[in-house]
Amino acid sequence: MNIGLMQALMSGLLMGFVYSLIALGLSLIYGVMDVVNFAHGEFLMLGMFLAYWFSVLFRLDPLISIVFIIPILFVVGVGVYKGLIKRIIGGTRISQILTTFGLSVFMANMAMFLWTPNYRLAERFLTWTTGDLPVFGVHVGIPEVIASVGSILVFAFAYYLIRFTRTGRAIQATSIDSEGARLVGINIDNIYAITFGLGISCVGAAGVLLATFYYIFPYVGTFFSMIAFATVALGGFGSVEGSFVAGILIGIIESLGGFFISPAVKYAIVFMTYMVVIILRPATGLFGW
Amino acid sequence: MPKISRKTIMIVLLYVGVVAITPLFSKAPFYRHVLIMVGMYGLLGVAWNIMGGYTGLYSFGQSAFFGIGAYTSTMMLVKGGFSPWIGMLCGGILAAIVAAGMAYPTSRLRGPYFTIASQAFARTFQILMTNWDYVEGAIGIPLPLMPDTWRFMQFKDKIPYHIIIFSLLGIAILVCYYIERSRTGYYFRAIRDSEQVASALGINTVRQRIIATMLSAFFTAIAGTFYSQYVLYIDPESVTHHALSVEIVMVAAVGGAGTIWGPVLGAAILMPISQYARAALGGAGRGIDLIIYGVIIMVIALVRPTGILGFFQRERTIEGEGGDDIGTTVTADTGADDAVRGSLGQQ
Amino acid sequence: MRFGGLLANNDVTFDIYPGEIVGLIGPNGAGKTTLFNCISGFLRPTAGTVLFKGENITGLKPHQICHRGLARTFQITQPLRDMTVLENVMVGTFCRYPLTSQARAKAIEILKMTGMWAKRHQKGSELTIPDRKRLEIARALGTEPDLLILDEAMAGLNPAEIHEAVELVKTIQAQGITLFIIEHVMEAIMPIADRIVVLDAGRLIAEGPPSEIVHNERVIEAYLGEGRHVKRKEHTS
Repeated sequence: MNIGLMQALMSGLLMGFVYSLIALGLSLIYGVMDVVNFAHGEFLMLGMFLAYWFSVLFRLDPLISIVFIIPILFVVGVGVYKGLIKRIIGGTRISQILTTFGLSVFMANMAMFLWTPNYRLAERFLTWTTGDLPVFGVHVGIPEVIASVGSILVFAFAYYLIRFTRTGRAIQATSIDSEGARLVGINIDNIYAITFGLGISCVGAAGVLLATFYYIFPYVGTFFSMIAFATVALGGFGSVEGSFVAGILIGIIESLGGFFISPAVKYAIVFMTYMVVIILRPATGLFGW
Repeated sequence: MPKISRKTIMIVLLYVGVVAITPLFSKAPFYRHVLIMVGMYGLLGVAWNIMGGYTGLYSFGQSAFFGIGAYTSTMMLVKGGFSPWIGMLCGGILAAIVAAGMAYPTSRLRGPYFTIASQAFARTFQILMTNWDYVEGAIGIPLPLMPDTWRFMQFKDKIPYHIIIFSLLGIAILVCYYIERSRTGYYFRAIRDSEQVASALGINTVRQRIIATMLSAFFTAIAGTFYSQYVLYIDPESVTHHALSVEIVMVAAVGGAGTIWGPVLGAAILMPISQYARAALGGAGRGIDLIIYGVIIMVIALVRPTGILGFFQRERTIEGEGGDDIGTTVTADTGADDAVRGSLGQQ
Repeated sequence: MRFGGLLANNDVTFDIYPGEIVGLIGPNGAGKTTLFNCISGFLRPTAGTVLFKGENITGLKPHQICHRGLARTFQITQPLRDMTVLENVMVGTFCRYPLTSQARAKAIEILKMTGMWAKRHQKGSELTIPDRKRLEIARALGTEPDLLILDEAMAGLNPAEIHEAVELVKTIQAQGITLFIIEHVMEAIMPIADRIVVLDAGRLIAEGPPSEIVHNERVIEAYLGEGRHVKRKEHTS
């Protein structure tokens, strides 16, 4: 097989796992709370900047600071839920769209104001986690490999939480029938807060992992938001398993598009794929239930 | 044709009066520039409103239509020497055709799904324009400088631009008045409230959605041509950027989506803020105005999804007491109902 | 003119004749609303045909079917929430009258007939359940149907409201409009229906005048399975 193609497939696959994790947060929030979070990418941006500031201020490698950042983002998520999202649950569609959009505009530009539009890179201290690794004759970046493995681990942990813990079962019950869940004594408000916090933690963790090799700038989130929407639409809104598979697919489509057509238009190809999917299966995506 | 009532004449006279007087308060170019931006964003907001306000198609992809308008007239001028007036019309028609091509396949999408699709559409468009060499890609196109003429829509003074943009806005508002009172307007609003009911009542919802999108795209593209003639330089960053789509929605939503004057009011409120922030703070200003926008829109969406106009008019209906009167009636406030509408209406 | 329906997937075949009131009853889950959705174009039957006025309307879109003179209401009432009652009905009358003034005149006529005139300026979202049911009917009447199909227009109403609704149905019939009605409220549908069609588990199990249906073994059995037989007796006693 062509080396370049191998390279593209490999990097697409690795990136795909990160996309899966980003999409999981969005899909989870939608599935349980019936809110499409248009500010999703901005929380990724927040995770990236936290990783950056931890590396600059505390000399901590993102792979270490992620342990602190995930809980921080969980708290941020719960806070945003209590202060904002709570008020739009069950509200009009336009009010939900505008509120989360307002939040995204606010966060991205606040970051721009506080941290300037400059592109940054997080400082790395775990030097053994940098550099390249030859795999099957192609070179893949070790940070990319770690980011994808890390994404799989976080995804698996979130999956475990949702599927096999008591709280997770309450989350599932709420997503199926919130009124019924309320009747059997589940505190819906708490479940929503936990779900939102969990969703934000997932996307934030993805941000930290991306920060090990990706440029950090205030508008980075708007772009990843679109990727996340495309992924979730492909996987089916609300489907956890769908997010996983669709993330990988999107990663591969993106890199193959870049390889066969032009790197400049690879995201256009992702969005076109997304358009095709929503036209063919508007409600369910490829794997939706 | 509906008969023209005294109230209509009054509104037209008032509009013309306000438009004629406002630029005379100050000769400062900045002041007049802000007024022109109010007119342009007012037009963009009114155009969005046809889709978002009346029909419930919350488009976050208006920048694509704006870009089509800006690029069509500019390319026709640069390559063929055509008058921008012809380019404006062609750009509007081209945008309407593209809009139909976008609206048809997305006709089954509702609410946030349509929003996402429209956004993906506009971003794809931006990427394509940035990478299309024929239109100079990311470099952009400076418009050739022409002598001060109406034929080529270039003026050193701001007053002609002021007249042009507010005339265009006036036309768009008249079209909205007509739509609101015609069958089309009722059909749009029926689709916004429930597509299922609309189709059961004999409405071809796909066709109506396409019509709404085409109308909206047409006026948005016209504003795009105006922009390129006003600024005399276009590139994908300035005329197809996502932030533009966001600003357009903000203008309409802040003023009052689904009302005729709401978007104009929204533009009149937001444009001075953003233009002043940009002028006062330079490069960083673009961030500041959007921070303020973000906060305003969250507050409005939480407190009153019907926009600022909703505070004054409370609940507004087209079919008023008198029947054939222009009919803007005030009925009981139903704020509490608004909160549950989504969950009940969208099941 | 002849209304006819055949839905082979459920093996349901029956006719509705002009001017009739035909009731459709059956236990929950019998497929009544599904049948309505097939007839009105919201679902496409996997097999079989729906004939209306001699024309095959199977697979047509809801709006096309509406233009052919077949209108429906929804079991879960769906007022156009941001529009007034008058505007709601006008959306229906625009189907036949493209001009606003004509559509309004016709809507006013219908509002007066259906007793919604006093509430014409209320918004759809402000209406009570009985008014919502009435609005469903008024709006459908606005499209000037030859056949009006009502999906549980009386469920959830109190006896006085049911009486009013029955009167309204009679008024509609008097105008020459044929009615096909899904109804759970037996004492409402039995006296006014010319014929009753009974569905159970997707199949047609009985068809005939109300007097015959109430004594039909299979019908009683179908309802007993759900415990409704007893319930009905309690109602009537």
